[in-house]
Amino acid sequence: MGNLLEHMGIEKDRLHFSWISSAEATKFVDVVTKVSEAVNALGPNHKLVKNAG
Amino acid sequence: MNTYTEKIRELASNLLREGKVDLVIGFKEGTVPMATAPGIARTPEEAEGFVWDVNCSLNLTNYLTNKKEKIGIIAKGCDSRSIVNHIIENKISRDQLHIIGVPCTGMVDKNKIRGLFEDEITEFKEEGDAILVKTAAKELTIEKQDYLRGNCQTCMHRNPVIHDDLVAEPVVEQELEDPFKDVKAIEAMDADEKWNHFENLLSGCIRCYACRNACPLCYCPTCFVDESNPQWVGKGQDPTDIRTFHFLRAYHCAGRCTDCGACEDACPMDIKVRDFTRKLVKDSFEIYGWEAGLTLDQRPPLDTFKPEDPDEFIK
Ligand code: SF4
Ligand code: SF4
Ligand code: SF4
Repeated sequence: MGNLLEHMGIEKDRLHFSWISSAEATKFVDVVTKVSEAVNALGPNHKLVKNAG
Repeated sequence: MNTYTEKIRELASNLLREGKVDLVIGFKEGTVPMATAPGIARTPEEAEGFVWDVNCSLNLTNYLTNKKEKIGIIAKGCDSRSIVNHIIENKISRDQLHIIGVPCTGMVDKNKIRGLFEDEITEFKEEGDAILVKTAAKELTIEKQDYLRGNCQTCMHRNPVIHDDLVAEPVVEQELEDPFKDVKAIEAMDADEKWNHFENLLSGCIRCYACRNACPLCYCPTCFVDESNPQWVGKGQDPTDIRTFHFLRAYHCAGRCTDCGACEDACPMDIKVRDFTRKLVKDSFEIYGWEAGLTLDQRPPLDTFKPEDPDEFIK
């Protein structure tokens, strides 16, 4: 799914997959930080956005 | 009459006469040149109306879904793979079917041929590997090989993979240097170029859903685009909704698409929707070594789990 999104022009770093158990608090923080950094680096998304009205 | 047509009529009428099947699904002459229409024969006489030519591009597997009768069906290489899909997805059982296999040398791209003329085609005749096409204004003889559909150019399974009869000796399979050139060309683009490529591709889409309706894989009783509660995707012409429809339709075909091209054939706007599904065909092949519909003995990669499945994308 990620591959096809990327194929049609959605930047790879916008979509992340992760498996985190409820006991893995530090992994959760780690992943969220990395995801935010990656997405911030890309800037705002304008693709697949529907404008209301 | 070509030998394929003759043989199809003969096999189909025999099946019906001997009561081995209740009906046979094949192609009948269309109402205009360069067209055929799916047709059903229930009597040997009706089977005499079957034809075979380079315009039999639709995928008849589409008419097998959930049928109860004993059915004879005409199948090219790609269609036979769709039949295998249907059997492993429990949409029909193997013993209900008598498959008349057609070793195939490709179907033509009608829009490309139409593009050669300004006015309407009035006559279309195959003569061996050449095709004579006439309009009121001019007459051209073209080579079939130069006008094959995109999926037929890259087809690696022209001979039916499953069949009870064959209408001719198997044909030689194509040797391809690289079957995925088209996909790689898109992969080589940067994110914005890719986005724009698909934006242009879909700009003419009128959301008639002919592509979905022609596809044998799209048999859900209620398609996600028709659902209203919840409404997964907007119903209008908003480009985001059009893109969402195409993206999800394609993804629902992952690991199942046999690249039969029926979706593109059915499109009234000549939209190359296979640009989406081809990526999935390539990924299935490269990631799982999988080509859809080749065998009844193996489950497709997306409905099985194996410990060695690649999982690098999960962080
Ligand atoms: S994809 Fe292959 S089997 Fe199907 S019509 Fe084209 S050449 Fe024939
Ligand atoms: S058949 Fe063509 S126009 Fe109709 S929904 Fe599919 S891509 Fe759009
Ligand atoms: S998506 Fe198109 S090419 Fe693939 S199986 Fe369906 S109709 Fe055939």
